[in-house]
Amino acid sequence: MLFTAIFASAAFGATPGAADPLDLASHRGQVVIVDFWASWCKPCRQSIPWLNAMRERYGTRGLTIIGVNVDAERRDADRFLNDVPIRFEVIFDPKGELAKRFKVKGMPSSFVFDRAGGLAETNLGFREAGKDQHEATLEKLLNQPLP
Amino acid sequence: MRRLILLTTLCLALQGCAHLGVQPWEREVLARDDMQLDVNALDTAFDDHIYFSKEGTSGGRGFGGGGCGCN
Repeated sequence: MLFTAIFASAAFGATPGAADPLDLASHRGQVVIVDFWASWCKPCRQSIPWLNAMRERYGTRGLTIIGVNVDAERRDADRFLNDVPIRFEVIFDPKGELAKRFKVKGMPSSFVFDRAGGLAETNLGFREAGKDQHEATLEKLLNQPLP
Repeated sequence: MRRLILLTTLCLALQGCAHLGVQPWEREVLARDDMQLDVNALDTAFDDHIYFSKEGTSGGRGFGGGGCGCN
């Protein structure tokens, strides 16, 4: 719990001016998923269509999804995007600075923040079987009142 | 002089630990198909044949085999 609080404050607090590509504070009041993906990550080919679907289903209820691409080469990411279109905001992090900040342990990794900006859930990897549970978590978070 | 060499060696040794392994988001090259240990099925089969003929070992690559030398 303490760790979560510290982590969340670190993620939200680390906004040194306008230079920070991931400004979570501007999304406060929404449920935010920060999803790290790469073109070479095979499970990402499954997780991204699912995230697209979640965005479509819950976007109007206050779900924001931010994809963070960690490909070193932009053209690899672009090739992937041709195959698997992404219908949410994507930030390119070729040097892995955001990945380092979030201490990403594997690909794909997603971090779910509640409306108050606290870290509610972290997910490592993606399995078709876990989709319903993830969606239930999102439902629960979206049903929480605005802080 | 000897102390200096010792100090330099120590510093170099410490530097060696500055970058331990590849970070999870840097596995791009390692994730490539041609970087897999079993990229060539025929090679893998030959290797395994050599292991079990010469050493009586087999398995450990995801298929069964007790290393009993009876197959």
